[in-house]
Amino acid sequence: MVNWFSQVVALIGFNLKTLPERKGSAAAAAFGIAGVVAVLVGVLSIGQGFQRAMVAAGDTDRAVVLRSGADTEMTSILGREEVRIVSDAPGVARAEGKALVSPELFVIINLPKRSTGTDANVAMRGVEPAGFGVRPELKIVEGRAFAWGRNEVVVGRGAELEFAGLGIGSTLDLGASRWTVVGIFEAEGGVAESEIWTDAAVLAPAYRRGDSFQSVLVRLASPGTFQNFKDALTADPRANVKVVRETEYYAEQSQMIYLLITGLGTIIATMMGVGAIFGALNTMYTAVASRAREIGTLKALGFRSSPVILSILVESVVLATIGGTVGALAAWALFDGYRAATMNWQSFSQVAFAFEVGPRLLVNGVIYAVLIGIIGGLFPAIRAARMPVSNALREG
Amino acid sequence: MKYLALLFANFRRHRLRTTLTILSIAVAFLLFGYLGAIRNAFSMGIEFAGADRLVVRHKVSIIQLLPVSYESDIEAIPGVAEAMHQTWFGGIYQEPKNFFAQIPVKPEELFTIYPEFVVSAEQKEAWSRIRTGAIIGRKTAEKYGFGIGDKIPIHSPIWPSKGGGTWEFDVVGIYDGAEKGTDTTQMFFRHDYFDENREYGEGQVGWYVIKVADPDRADAIAKQVDDLFANSPAETKTETEGAFVKAWADQVGNIGAIVTAILTAVFFTILLVAGNTMAQAVRERTRELGVMKAVGFTGAQVVAFVLGESLLIALIGGGIGLTLAKLLTAAGDPTGGALPIFYLPDRTLVLGVAFVFLLGIVAGLIPALQAMRLDTVEALRRE
Repeated sequence: MVNWFSQVVALIGFNLKTLPERKGSAAAAAFGIAGVVAVLVGVLSIGQGFQRAMVAAGDTDRAVVLRSGADTEMTSILGREEVRIVSDAPGVARAEGKALVSPELFVIINLPKRSTGTDANVAMRGVEPAGFGVRPELKIVEGRAFAWGRNEVVVGRGAELEFAGLGIGSTLDLGASRWTVVGIFEAEGGVAESEIWTDAAVLAPAYRRGDSFQSVLVRLASPGTFQNFKDALTADPRANVKVVRETEYYAEQSQMIYLLITGLGTIIATMMGVGAIFGALNTMYTAVASRAREIGTLKALGFRSSPVILSILVESVVLATIGGTVGALAAWALFDGYRAATMNWQSFSQVAFAFEVGPRLLVNGVIYAVLIGIIGGLFPAIRAARMPVSNALREG
Repeated sequence: MKYLALLFANFRRHRLRTTLTILSIAVAFLLFGYLGAIRNAFSMGIEFAGADRLVVRHKVSIIQLLPVSYESDIEAIPGVAEAMHQTWFGGIYQEPKNFFAQIPVKPEELFTIYPEFVVSAEQKEAWSRIRTGAIIGRKTAEKYGFGIGDKIPIHSPIWPSKGGGTWEFDVVGIYDGAEKGTDTTQMFFRHDYFDENREYGEGQVGWYVIKVADPDRADAIAKQVDDLFANSPAETKTETEGAFVKAWADQVGNIGAIVTAILTAVFFTILLVAGNTMAQAVRERTRELGVMKAVGFTGAQVVAFVLGESLLIALIGGGIGLTLAKLLTAAGDPTGGALPIFYLPDRTLVLGVAFVFLLGIVAGLIPALQAMRLDTVEALRRE
């Protein structure tokens, strides 16, 4: 056993030391694997980033109330009376005697994208003062908050970066009304940052909404009171509403884009992985063939098959790990934080988000590389081990 | 003929390496095919947008409705051949993930404005008789197994029917696309049925599509339409169908562009690695090439011989890859509905074949020329 072990160590050392002599083909294999991992990580970072924007928007101790049958704010409508019923429901958090419930309006306006100049659907949200109370993560970072009762708006950071004409001081013409941008806000990267916010009382008449709202966002006393709150409202004959946790509401909305991206990403990564395995196989077979005589000599000297196999596998895995690490880091450098915007089909509006290359994605990329290395090294290793000594010595 | 035998003999020498090289080239071209299909899907069929069609929508946003009375006003503008209205129904068939567009229209106008939707005469006739009738695109019909005579229930969160229930439609026809890129995922049903049975919003429609008599005057007519409704409660924004589709494609956004960029990089990386392997295979044989020259082959023959081999490898690999791409993309959208127009366009195939030849020539030519220029004696001395 000790002998076997020392054989393995000796051979691995020998293989790795001779690696520089084969730097051409070794670099080609590592380069190929680096490319595969960079692309895999890069594509998946788009899906991660989008989901992060949607997930960051959700909080487990918040619930969204919509008209029953509606699946998004776009198709929901609630009257003032229903808002009152929601405020009185059990499980709602209260501050200074007032229920933390925010009735909200949600409309869509056309604004040109900075990158292309073509029109995009941008979400505009009308809130009451409670809108800020239920979302403590929302902070004005430039300028000031809009004044209640005036045609003023604040703009999310994502929207400001993605669409033209949203800088502080610019004006928006929406039909007959004109609005001034007075501030920029951030919301921990959540989807609210893609929106434009204003006073619901000013937005409602501009869109002839009367005294109706589209959704009510509720802060719960604790995440545990959700079921209680939901049951009370669902059972109430005066309210025709449905209640969902905010986290689930946004998770569902991100589903389609997430599937789109991971669907494409998986297909691409699989095909490329197969390509990289061929590359690795080629390299390792060449390596084995060019060392046929050495391997034969080793075996003639009494080295056993398993250390030979193991040493070649290790070499392949080392190459793949180097390639994979380089690729993952390159993807991180290139894509992490890259800003983009896409359509959220459920709410029919744009969501600005940043690509995200997190540690889990990096680790997965390297694991994928190692798998490619194992498959790419295994068959050549077996061939080397099976080579009859006499043949091997004759080669070259 | 004897050259061919020699070619194949060589081909079989490093059977494993040749196979692996061919396979990696196949993967590269498979990716290339997907790339074409993805690009095409993200452009949303922009090249099929009618040059003679304009889209009129509410100026503030497409979700705001326009009065149905605009149709006659628009048709009164000289140069407008026909105008129709459409409305986003947003219906759900069984569960939300079964997504396809449903649009209420006036049937006769639909076929005038969209000649690319092909339906038989008796199906058209049935549609004019049956109020609850709907025609469905081939792709969607196949996906959900809809056939003529089926009743399909659809629930719309935007447009509840009177009494709050689910809408029911009778499938009276299946339409095909006149061209490969025509979107056959939509369902059209009758606007009169829709208007009478919706709970609210009567007399209001989503947007208009205009067919103009002379495409060169499209921009002028677009401006006339917008001027007509300027300062009214519902101002409009009119643009060509191409511009409208482009704006949608841009909304889905840079994701398409990024995926494309990444795939392009990959494609060329794989080609580079495969090309290098092929060139390496030639370089190893310098001595043999010397022998060939020594026994009387001319330099040109040697070059042709080496080129023939690398072209053969590229053609086999590329052929496998492009064929696979064609077969796999025909299976449809890999994302389950997010990309309705998903197929491999012919121009991608043509470009792919060009790349195959380019790869074969470049990978073979350089080492072949090096070998040819080499002195025969010198080549023979090589190991």
